[in-house]
Amino acid sequence: MALKTETMILNMGPQHPSTHGVLRLELELDGELIVNVKPHIGYLHRCFEKHAEAMSYPQVIPYTDRMDYLASMYNNFGYVIAVEKLLGIQVPERVEYIRVIMGELQRIASHLVAIGTNGLDIGAFTPFLYLFRDREKILSLFEMTCGARLLYNYMWVGGLSHDIHPDFVRLTKEFINYFRPTITELNNLLTFNKIFIERTANIGVLPLDTAINYGVTGPSLRGSGLAFDIRKEDTYSIYDRFDFEIPVGQGLVGTVGDSWDRYYVRILEMEQSLRIIEQAIDQIPDGDVKAAIPKRIKPPKGTVYTRVENPRGELGYFIISDGNLNPFRVKVRAPSFVNLEVFGELCKGHLVADVIAILGSIDIVLGEVDR
Amino acid sequence: MKNPEEIFELLKKEFPEAILGIDKEAPTEPIILIDPPQIKTISLFLRDNPELRFDSLMVLSGVDDANGTKVKDEDGTDVISGGTLSVYYHLHSVYLKHKITLKVSTPRGNPQVESVYNVWRTSDWHEREAFDMYGIIFLNHPDLRRILMPYDWNAGYPLRKDYKNPEFYQGMKVPY
Amino acid sequence: MYQFLFNLSGSEIIATIFTAAVILVFILLFVLFAVWFERKVSAHMQDRLGPMRVGWHGVLQTIADFVKMLQKEDIIATEADRKLYTIAPVLVFTGSFAAYAAIPFSSKLLGSEVEVGIFYLLAVSSFVVAGILMAGWSSNNKYSLLGAMRSAAQIVSYEIPTALVVLSIVMLTGTLSLEKISQLQTAYFWNWNIFGGPEFSLAKFLLIPFMFVGFLIIYISTLAEVNRTPFDIPEAESELVAGYFTEYCGMKWAMFMLSEYANMFAVSAIVTILFFGGYQSPFGYLGNSIGAEWLVPFEQAFWFIAKGIFFVFVQMWLRWTLPRLRVDQLMTVCWKYLIPYAFLNLIIVGFISLL
Repeated sequence: MALKTETMILNMGPQHPSTHGVLRLELELDGELIVNVKPHIGYLHRCFEKHAEAMSYPQVIPYTDRMDYLASMYNNFGYVIAVEKLLGIQVPERVEYIRVIMGELQRIASHLVAIGTNGLDIGAFTPFLYLFRDREKILSLFEMTCGARLLYNYMWVGGLSHDIHPDFVRLTKEFINYFRPTITELNNLLTFNKIFIERTANIGVLPLDTAINYGVTGPSLRGSGLAFDIRKEDTYSIYDRFDFEIPVGQGLVGTVGDSWDRYYVRILEMEQSLRIIEQAIDQIPDGDVKAAIPKRIKPPKGTVYTRVENPRGELGYFIISDGNLNPFRVKVRAPSFVNLEVFGELCKGHLVADVIAILGSIDIVLGEVDR
Repeated sequence: MKNPEEIFELLKKEFPEAILGIDKEAPTEPIILIDPPQIKTISLFLRDNPELRFDSLMVLSGVDDANGTKVKDEDGTDVISGGTLSVYYHLHSVYLKHKITLKVSTPRGNPQVESVYNVWRTSDWHEREAFDMYGIIFLNHPDLRRILMPYDWNAGYPLRKDYKNPEFYQGMKVPY
Repeated sequence: MYQFLFNLSGSEIIATIFTAAVILVFILLFVLFAVWFERKVSAHMQDRLGPMRVGWHGVLQTIADFVKMLQKEDIIATEADRKLYTIAPVLVFTGSFAAYAAIPFSSKLLGSEVEVGIFYLLAVSSFVVAGILMAGWSSNNKYSLLGAMRSAAQIVSYEIPTALVVLSIVMLTGTLSLEKISQLQTAYFWNWNIFGGPEFSLAKFLLIPFMFVGFLIIYISTLAEVNRTPFDIPEAESELVAGYFTEYCGMKWAMFMLSEYANMFAVSAIVTILFFGGYQSPFGYLGNSIGAEWLVPFEQAFWFIAKGIFFVFVQMWLRWTLPRLRVDQLMTVCWKYLIPYAFLNLIIVGFISLL
C-alpha cells in the first residue's frame, strides 16, 4: 500500500539569516528535497525609477548608490556614462583613470563580501571576517577620497566630486602588495577546503545555454564557461587600454557551472582587478577632475542604453530624455534581478542546505533586485 | 555582426506588415518599431535566424509615452487619456556581438502585448515588472502577477505619469 | 565522594544532594568559563578581540549575559504545545547533567562508582534526543521540526561508532567502569591507552596505530553527538535559523546552551578517560614526591579538567575553521566510513589483545 504523502511549504525569509536581505523564498519540500522554489521580491522596493523621474540628472546619482549598496561606485559609474553619452561629452583623462581604479577597487570589495557570505552560508565563519578586514582597507581608501564608506556619490556627470587624496596612490599600492598574499591564504582556508568543495561542487549546475537564455551575466555566466565580460565585449571608459584576462569556470572540482565555479571565478577576478589597478595607478595623468559642462544638465531628446560590468553582472541604464531637466524615464537593468530569475531552476532536486549555497554563489543584493 | 539598419531591412523583407518603421533620430542607437501582437513571432525569428542569433534579452522596459491628452476626471485630478504605452526590448547576441532595440506601442486604454516568455526567459520578471508598473498585459505570460508592489496593491500602476498615491493602503496612511 | 559524604553525614539523601550540588556547581562554572573562552578563542582566530568591557578581558561577560537572560520575558508561542515545550529544555539538561554522575574527576572525586560507568554514560547521553525531538515538535515551527529531525537522526547514528570504539577499549581493559579504566593507565603518559595501555609487550606497539584510529573515530563521532561544527547541522544557523531551539528565549534557551556546553565537556571527558589516561597525570604526582598524599586527588582533578578543556578547545578550534557538512554527507560519513572502520578496528584490536 502506498503511503499518502504531501509536500511541505517552508517560507524562507523575508527575515532569515542567509537570504542576503529581505528575499522571501517559498520552498516546496518533500522531506528536505526541494520540489519547487518561488522567490517573492519587492520587500525593499524604494521606487528608484519613480524618484528618478522627479529629479534632475545629477540628483539621481545618490539614488543609484542605494541600489547595489555593495558596489555603489560602479552604479555611479554606469549612470554617469549613460548621461555623458546622452550629452555627448568627453571627460578628462584623469577622470577616466580614477574612475577605473575606483571601479576595480569596488569590484574587489564587492567580491570580498560575495565570497565571504557564500562561505558564511556554508558555515565557515572565520574567512568571512578575514575578508571583511580586507574590505575595510578598501573602504578606508574610498573614505579618504570622498568621505563616505558605503554610499559615495563620487562620480558625477562630467567628472568626480573630489580629486584623489595625495596619499591615495601610495596607499593603493600598499594595499595591492598586502592583498595578493591574502588571496592565497583564502584559497588555503576556504576555497580548497574539502568540506567546502563537497558542499559546492556539482551543486546548482547552470548550463551555458540556460544561463544565456535567462540573461544571466557576470561571474555567474562566466562560471558556466563563457568568457563574456562587458569590459572587453562592449568596452567603455578606458578599459581597452589595460591588459587583463577574463576568468571562466572550468569545472576544476566538479561540473562546469556549479556553485564552486561561480565562487572561484570571483577569486580569479579579484586578481585581474588588481592587475588593472596596478597598470592604471602609475599612469594617472595630471589635470582637472571636472569636464567643462553646463551647470544645468539638459540633454537633448533621445534614448540611450549603456551597460557596464558591475561586480554582479551587466548593469544597464536605459534613459529616455524628453529634453527637460529631469529624465523622462530611467530603467535599470539590475544584474541581481536578472540573475535571481534563474535561481528557482538551479535549486530543483537539491536539499534545503543547498538552497543557501546556491543563493550565496549567485550573489544577489536585494537593494538592487527591488530597487 | 550586422548593424541595425541591415537587421531592419532583413526584418522588413521577412515581415512586411509587422515592422512599422525605424526611428533613427535617437542620438545613440536606432529603434525598430513593431506591431505588438507580432512581437513574439519576430522575436523567435531574431533568436533562431543563424545570421542574427539574438540569444539574449538584455532588458525589457515599459515606458509611459504620455502622448495622450490631459483631462480632468470628476475629482479634479489630471488623467491622461488616449496615447500609448510602449515596451522597449534591448537585444544582443552573445556570439555575434551585435545589438538591437525593438519597440512596440500599445494603446493606453487597453495595453496588450504578446509575451516573449518562451523566447527569452529573462523576460519573465521584466514583463511582470512592466505589468506591475504600467499595467501592460502580456498575453500568454504564464504567471503575470505584481512583482515589486504588494500583491494586493489596487491603487493603479505607479510608474504611469498620471499615477496618484492612494490615501490609505491596508489602513495605513500612504502620504507622509 | 558520595562514599565520603555518606560516611560523614550518615544520610544517603544528604550525600546525594551534596554530590549533585558539587557537580552542578562545576557545570555552571565550566559553562561560564567555556562561553567566555569560546568567544575569546573565536575572536582571536578571527583577528578580533571579543568581549573586552566586563571585567579583565571580558571575563565577567557571561555573568552579565546570564543576568540579562534571567530578566527576559518568557515567551511561549500560542500555537506551541505548552507542556512539552516547557519540559524539553529541562529534559535536555537532565540528560547531560546525569552523564556527569559517572565521570571520575579524580580517584576520590566522582559522583558514583558505577561498575557499568561507560555503559551508563552512553545510555544517558542519548536521553538528550528525546528532549530535542520534544523541543522541535512542540515549538510548532517548521525550522524547529527540521532541526529536531536532523538532530535525532544524527545523534542516534553517531552513537554506533562511539559505542564500537568504546567496545574495543572495554575489550582491552576488561572493565566497564570508568574509574577502573582511568586507574589502569597509571601515572605516565606512555601508559595511556592511546599508546597501547600500561602493559609493556609486543601488543602495546601493535596497538598504537589502531588506538589512534579509534581515537579519531570517537572524537569525530562525539563531535557530531554534541552538534558542533562541522556537524552542527541541527542548528545550522544559516539554514534553519537556530534549529530545534529557534522558538526558545530567556532561561529556557539558556538551558539548551548550558546543556550544549556541559555536553562538550562530557564527551571530551569520555575521550580523555578512554584514551588519555583520565585523571592520571602525564608525569607523576607532586603530592607523591613531596610526601603529601592528600594533594594527589586535587592534582588528578586538575589534570582531568585540563585535558577536558584541551579537547573542548580543539572542538572550538574546529568550529571556527571548518564549514558545515550537508545532512546527507553527514550520514555518509557515519554509515559508510566511520562504522565500517570502527568495526574493522574493533576486530583488529580484539586479535591483538589475544596475543
